[in-house]
Amino acid sequence: MYRIDPGRTDLAEEFRRNPFGPHSAELQKVLNVMRWEPIEGKYVLVNTVPHKEWCLAQLPGKRGVPVTLHEDVVFTDLGEAEWYIFRLRWKKHTGVDLDQASQ
Amino acid sequence: MRRLLGYADRISVRPDETINFKVSSEDEGTFHLDILRIRCGDDTPAGPGLKETPVEARVNGDYPARFQKTQVGSFVSVDHPRTPALESFTLQAMVWPTLLEKDEQTIMGSWHAGHRKGYAIGVVNGRLTLTIGDGSSIETLVSSASMHERHWYLVAATFDSATGEATLIQEPLVRYAGDADSARTTRPMDVRPGNGGRFIIAGHNSDDGVSGLFNGKIDTPAVTSRVLERGQMEHLLDRRIPPEVAADVVALWDFSREMNGVTAHDISPNRLHGTIVNIPTRAMKGWNHDGSEMVWTHRPEHYGAIHFHDDDLYDCDWETDAAWHVPANCRSGAFAAFLTQNDQWFYIPFYVRPPTGRPGARLALLIATCSYYAYVNNHMPIGWGDMGEHSGNAFSVIDMTDIHLHMHPEHGLSMYDNHSDGSGVAYASRLRPFLRMGPRDDLWQYNADTHITDWLEEQGIAFDVITDDDLDAEGVALLEPYASVMTTTHPEYTTTGMMQALLHYQQRGGRFIYMGGNGFYWRVALHPTLPGVMEMRRAEDGMRSWIASPGEYVMSFNGELGGLWRRNGMSPEAICGTGFAAQGFNFARPYTRTPASEDSRASWIFEGIGRDEKIGDFGSVFGGAAGAEIDSIDPQEGTPPHALVVAEATDFGVDFHWVNEEFLHTHSAVNGENCPHVRCDMVFYETPNGGAVFSTSSIAFAGSLAHNGYDNNVSRLLSNVVNRFLDPEPIPSP
Repeated sequence: MYRIDPGRTDLAEEFRRNPFGPHSAELQKVLNVMRWEPIEGKYVLVNTVPHKEWCLAQLPGKRGVPVTLHEDVVFTDLGEAEWYIFRLRWKKHTGVDLDQASQ
Repeated sequence: MRRLLGYADRISVRPDETINFKVSSEDEGTFHLDILRIRCGDDTPAGPGLKETPVEARVNGDYPARFQKTQVGSFVSVDHPRTPALESFTLQAMVWPTLLEKDEQTIMGSWHAGHRKGYAIGVVNGRLTLTIGDGSSIETLVSSASMHERHWYLVAATFDSATGEATLIQEPLVRYAGDADSARTTRPMDVRPGNGGRFIIAGHNSDDGVSGLFNGKIDTPAVTSRVLERGQMEHLLDRRIPPEVAADVVALWDFSREMNGVTAHDISPNRLHGTIVNIPTRAMKGWNHDGSEMVWTHRPEHYGAIHFHDDDLYDCDWETDAAWHVPANCRSGAFAAFLTQNDQWFYIPFYVRPPTGRPGARLALLIATCSYYAYVNNHMPIGWGDMGEHSGNAFSVIDMTDIHLHMHPEHGLSMYDNHSDGSGVAYASRLRPFLRMGPRDDLWQYNADTHITDWLEEQGIAFDVITDDDLDAEGVALLEPYASVMTTTHPEYTTTGMMQALLHYQQRGGRFIYMGGNGFYWRVALHPTLPGVMEMRRAEDGMRSWIASPGEYVMSFNGELGGLWRRNGMSPEAICGTGFAAQGFNFARPYTRTPASEDSRASWIFEGIGRDEKIGDFGSVFGGAAGAEIDSIDPQEGTPPHALVVAEATDFGVDFHWVNEEFLHTHSAVNGENCPHVRCDMVFYETPNGGAVFSTSSIAFAGSLAHNGYDNNVSRLLSNVVNRFLDPEPIPSP
């Protein structure tokens, strides 16, 4: 199984520049790993204002249990919101905080 | 959250007919209703904009708001005075439980939870129970052993009112070494059953309708008025009533009878027939299914199980709040009843079709209502998990409608979802609010299809609107008056009647425009008598959200084999020249012309379009004309030998995936970067008697039509096709 190399911040940068693709083959490998995410606790985006605002949220994994909205993390650009999720999953898989890695 | 919702009693209405609107509001006061003609529902920043025209209608106005309740979950209701009056009894059935973690589920009985009266056999946290109450005291006997999910058990509860002895029998059909899921539990009770009211299978009476809904299969349930010996139970399981118990049998229900009906047939002399509510899944393998026959119509006695779900829904059964008598001179088109109250709004979409035999135009737009029903109220964005992200090529984005559906089981599920017990959803109804079908929704199905109505209006092309429901009911006669018939963007689900009608229309000289991708893919059935409900089995192959169990591929509505059309002897290639090839949901591609586009048979399609122009490198659906779901030719599957691929789109990249029914072994060369089958073929061919077929083979195509104020090469190309197809001059055979 492919493991994300925390040193490949160039791939993270590629995603930040172009979150919706097309992606390079190497970035695609990273995304494939990140997308195998269990539903329970999964970070997603909720489009709270159509076409204008997206809020970070977590799924409960069971129908009828409320979705947790993190209303303090709100985006007005979907690409930026996708980049935020990317960073959360990067940290989950590598243990490395991309914000700190890039500094 | 949505507090204002509604639905209509019909999807397609003729002039001079009446459509009834049923509305529920959580707010007090009044709601307002307006009839709108819908031209375009795409309100995205880059789209053509919301275009809807108020229609002067007597029904427009304010109405008292009220909340209307929905009974969700399936069960059998037996309303007869004999069952609740039982003092001693045996309740027996074969059961196959599927959701044992649920706290309380009733298999059958005459129990009323609110009145604390009656009797019932049920399951609580995986253990069989017998509950008896007289209105004040309740006693419950609990089996000493747990059951396994998806295993067959004989379950029985007996009660002798003379001695008070209560017994539970739980016997697995398959026994595992060292396993302890078999039990016989007995104890005396002081309580005697009170009258709990009607007898219910797969639920019980409560102050809030039917509760305690059972998840799983129940086969051959029976009731007697005395305690049966274990051996006597065996006879009833075989649906036989021997003389020694004949006088004591109250009811013996055979679920293998009238597979598409709503009657649960009691085969005892008492004829305590029940009513099957909320379409639980029928034609399910029963406890005695042994693999000797996989088609229920050949041996229905092996299909005596009904699979009940606590989230099944057929008809919300709300009262009518407003009715519109469509004026006799109303022009055909897409309409909606638009509801507003406080900050809430909701669309109830419907279509006005032309009067039978009196077309209002030479072009008919065939609205893919069957495909709408398959998708309506889907829980995909939340429920699909990794499959959604792997297919969708982005981290999940959900919206408030997703969250509303997630929290409101009373709106039912879609054919893309699993029931709460994990089994697939095989039925879809339109007698409920549509939360995934209307203007301002995602550009998928309904709302993407308004790009077509928008373009037709913009071009001044007169058209009638007809629906899948109309076509299934009336066949080719519905199409015959039209010079040309155009589909919408994703006519994925079709009935046998629709497929035959479309083929015959083409053979008789009709001109057919396939405006979509992944069309004519799944075979479905509309119920022969119940209005507004469709069946589908996700059988052995295809891009599926769930998989039917082997032996359960045949539809209960009509006995036809379900699943893919290409596994049913009629591939989409026979209808439109192309079939589903690949999908990807983040960016689309333009078409390029092929040498065949210069053939005089087809060159007129490209009049005004340069030989090397990219066709549709723009659009509001993933930015291009060829995308989302795309189709390609396959002569072995029925593409006519003379079909011309006049344009093609390739180079889809790693995010586009080849459809799984096409490849035999799994391997890694299945995406647009490395698989030559990931392609989109625009096709033209002539049909007998001066007809023709033109296929875009792409869901995204219509999203490009409005680009640059409708002045673009996709719009130009479609204009060329429509103008020629409406020209009475026969299209010459090649």
